[in-house]
Amino acid sequence: MKFGVLVFPGSNCDHDTYNVISELAKQPVTLLWHDSSDLENCDAILVPGGFAYGDYLRTGAIARFSPVMQSVKKFADAGGPVLGICNGFQILCESGLLPGALMRNAGLKYICKQVYLRSETLDSPFTNQLTRGEVLKVPIGHMEGNYFCDDETLKTLQRNDRIAFRYATPEGEITPQANPNGSLDNIAGILSEGRNVLGMMPHPDRSSEQMLGSADGFKIFQSLVGTLAAAGR
Amino acid sequence: MKAHVYVTLKRTVLDPQGQAIHNALKKMQYAEIEDIRQGKYFVLTLGDSLDAVAAKNEVERIAREVLTNPVIEEFTFHLEDGE
Amino acid sequence: MNPEPAAVAPQPVTVTPELLAQHSITAEEYERILAALGRTPSLTELGIYSVMWSEHCSYKSSRVHLKRLPTKSDRVVQGPGENAGIIDVGDGWACAFKIESHNHPSYIEPHQGAATGVGGILRDIFTMNARPLAVMDSLRFGPLSTEEEPDEALVRKNHSIVEGVVSGVASYGNCFGVPNLGGETRFETCYSGNPLTNAFALGLVKRDEIFYAKATGVGNPVIYVGAKTGRDGIHGATMASEEFKEGSEQKRPNVQVGDPFMEKLLLEACIEAMATGAVLGIQDMGAAGLTCSTCEMGARGGVGLEVELDHVPQRETGMNSYEIMLSESQERMLLVADKGREDEVLKVFAKWGLDASIVGTVIAEPKMRILHHGVVVADIPNQSLTDDAPVYHRPVGTWKAPVPAEPSAEILAELSKDRDYTADLKKLLAASNICDKRWVFEQYDSMVQTNTVQGPGAEAGVMRIKGTNRALAMALDGNGRWCYLDPKEGAKLAVAEAARKVACTGATPVAATNCLNFGNPEKPEIMAQLSSAIDGIAEACTALGTPITGGNVSLYNETKGEGIYPTPVLGIVGILDDVTKAVPSGFQREGEAVLLVGGGVAAQTASIAVKDLGSSSYAKQVLGGFWGTVPSGFSLEGEAQLHKVLAQLANENLITSSADISDGGIAVALAEAAFRNGVGVNANIIPVADAPAAVALFGESASLVIITCSKENIEKVEELVNSYSELSSLLLGETGGSRVTIEIANDIASTSGGVVIDASIAELRDPWANALESALHDQTANEVLA
Repeated sequence: MKFGVLVFPGSNCDHDTYNVISELAKQPVTLLWHDSSDLENCDAILVPGGFAYGDYLRTGAIARFSPVMQSVKKFADAGGPVLGICNGFQILCESGLLPGALMRNAGLKYICKQVYLRSETLDSPFTNQLTRGEVLKVPIGHMEGNYFCDDETLKTLQRNDRIAFRYATPEGEITPQANPNGSLDNIAGILSEGRNVLGMMPHPDRSSEQMLGSADGFKIFQSLVGTLAAAGR
Repeated sequence: MKAHVYVTLKRTVLDPQGQAIHNALKKMQYAEIEDIRQGKYFVLTLGDSLDAVAAKNEVERIAREVLTNPVIEEFTFHLEDGE
Repeated sequence: MNPEPAAVAPQPVTVTPELLAQHSITAEEYERILAALGRTPSLTELGIYSVMWSEHCSYKSSRVHLKRLPTKSDRVVQGPGENAGIIDVGDGWACAFKIESHNHPSYIEPHQGAATGVGGILRDIFTMNARPLAVMDSLRFGPLSTEEEPDEALVRKNHSIVEGVVSGVASYGNCFGVPNLGGETRFETCYSGNPLTNAFALGLVKRDEIFYAKATGVGNPVIYVGAKTGRDGIHGATMASEEFKEGSEQKRPNVQVGDPFMEKLLLEACIEAMATGAVLGIQDMGAAGLTCSTCEMGARGGVGLEVELDHVPQRETGMNSYEIMLSESQERMLLVADKGREDEVLKVFAKWGLDASIVGTVIAEPKMRILHHGVVVADIPNQSLTDDAPVYHRPVGTWKAPVPAEPSAEILAELSKDRDYTADLKKLLAASNICDKRWVFEQYDSMVQTNTVQGPGAEAGVMRIKGTNRALAMALDGNGRWCYLDPKEGAKLAVAEAARKVACTGATPVAATNCLNFGNPEKPEIMAQLSSAIDGIAEACTALGTPITGGNVSLYNETKGEGIYPTPVLGIVGILDDVTKAVPSGFQREGEAVLLVGGGVAAQTASIAVKDLGSSSYAKQVLGGFWGTVPSGFSLEGEAQLHKVLAQLANENLITSSADISDGGIAVALAEAAFRNGVGVNANIIPVADAPAAVALFGESASLVIITCSKENIEKVEELVNSYSELSSLLLGETGGSRVTIEIANDIASTSGGVVIDASIAELRDPWANALESALHDQTANEVLA
């Protein structure tokens, strides 16, 4: 199997994500430059955090027009697994690979801290090694993580079990206090209709080693590696 | 020719920045302000080759496809003959 | 380029006293310019001298004193004089680090002023080929409440400065992608009109891949890279060298606007360009922009640089040579490439979408020669701008104690009352200098790059070095209040405390950087502060084995004739050989022993008295007084031994946590350690003879730390501590439960002694955790408006 990590000008978690795959998951991984539409036969695409193109128009807005994203759209449409983290989630929403949008945090400020996520579905290539309701300690670091979509979209997400993670208390309760950014329905991560695209604001790349405060996020990468291995990749 | 494009959050979407400014104004005794919406303003300078109709279409398309995110934002624009 | 333009001297300007005053050049300095040039300068040349000879660039008032600082050790690869200092950290790695002030811009336009402060220090690091690993900030603001600052308008201004500076630091570092490990945020009335923003950055570079800001090889091309030049910040360097007067806000156009996205691209492009081998020397354009980089790179290499300004990428039209040379547009670098290989360099910058333009060549004559439209507009010997800049031996006054030695009768009466120490502790925990700074540091990305082992809120930041077992620990510290009471002792204590914080993690402190924030050097009493503080730093850095590898001096920190407290801020870097042995701060689990360890614990606590309490947070926040001097009984030898034993205890896995005792004394240190993981403590403190319990509870003796260890290890810990001549340890109690309980054997004020503090963690935590946020509450909107 082979992983591809996208690199946009302004990406700053590209190496962190790369490092998790190469050093911790010990799988082949390559960096894919924004200007090229060649995905180099990767079996999974990771869209890392950062400030692609400075996030100057809107977060993720310019990145969606890059050549590499045109290829990622085709890849996702064909069922290929795509994981967008933080700025990656914002890019996936702007690109239309995931519904909704990420608005400025309700508190108007950038927030970097450890939060707790409740895993809401096991039915995806990214979550199949979790247990239902499992609480993960994973940090956030964003200014625009306030998930928004219209009522109908929200109902669709809920009905089709497409909410992957919700902000929760350490005990796993979904409360307004546990919601760090005002996200609708405490949504921290969602799946595409085909369940092969996951976007999440919290950083599993920053919570894959106990030394850094938590290794809970690594289970998401392990799920993906397991899924690919099972598919003979 | 110049195009002036104004982007704001949709009416149905909460605008925390606008609200924060509004609250501050209230505290500063500007009692007559009923609402504030914060937005972005773009000035596009267009090449001479576009006529008014083509310019309108071009700007509208850019505003819709690039400058706004239709999930949360809306826009208005007007064209102005420059220099 | 015209090969012989020097034959024509630049067009002289008509020099008037007004023109010199506008450039902050004195009559004597102008005489020096005439002597150096042998002719009347052009306007561009006058501008160049004005910025290069400004206090900010030339250190003309502080230079003679800075020479007394220790700058060498086996680990120091590069001392002061380069973009940043560098030390060897082992395994083939070195680290570049430095602290720098951006005080004046942060007052005029807090968000951009602070943001560009971060941008500038980051460029200083990566220009040496070191990838930034971490940043920290030392921030000083005026009070946030009318209790401490009666002028409501000033309090509002302080609020907007706090909001602006913190958001500026955050926005730049977050976008650039460097973790911010916090630092310190302090509040005092003297910083109301003069906030301090000191930004520290540290980067990693392979020991044999360091780049220097030196031009070499006559005929080699000089390349300008990065952002285009605009009229930003013209005369920023001269501005930073003047006191603020009414109307300084009018200077707003002087403040540069930062673009962290551009800087991130510049980082990647510069590091990639350096890897080609075609780059010979590189310097960032910070204060004094193109002027500074051109003459300094030439001076370091003993050569000259000839630059044609027509080739400088420009953002605005119609800029004249004066404006281009003095612009402080951000995110720009100047480099010298190997002739014939310039295309390799240009290609890298094109890949990253950045401007890169060959603007000139290295020449043999040691001069900076500037042409505009083919005409020479400046032709100045490098030496006259750098090494031969004026040096002032300004009169050094005698330092006088600014406050009474003994407390007032009212305070003594207050102290001898039967006090509710739990209430006092709550008050202290909510004090702006002690309370939780989460509101600040949660706005910073502290985790990007996935190296942060200990982030904001810990005693010191700890960053692992990927690919090795090592980690670097770093901390910033300064205590203006102490330096105000005694500049020399206060400065020593600042060095000691920053190093102690590093040592608390188990790391060995090895080097230092300093940022000296003082008032107007033309006043002898300010020079007395500066000179004494430098003596204190020199003595402490020598004793603790942490030479100064660089830093900066910020003078004229005065508003309307009122100076700030003398505020030397120290940044200390330490090395931890095994990152898995890093010691956390805060109690980790129940049932562990809590010990007080330090330089002569018994001697110190016996000698400490009411007079020593006068400089403490307790005196300020609870008693409302200010007397005496810095804590007595401090010895550098004891401090050095304490650092050694902490490293040893960590290395032998004997301790499970450590915490430095500073603001608020033992009581606050115990409470904060309990907050960390919600593990309570029951401690028994020995009383100070003939003094109220407040002295033992809240006194701020230096060289003391609280450590925890498993009960089986108590003897081993004590044995190790006692093997040092100056150290001793004292078993205070045990962790556990959900309360913080402190007993004292007897208190002269109360009849019995016994339990003097007892409260649940939650009850104590609330005021501590919410103080800053509630002080700033409702201010968000003002920030949006600002």
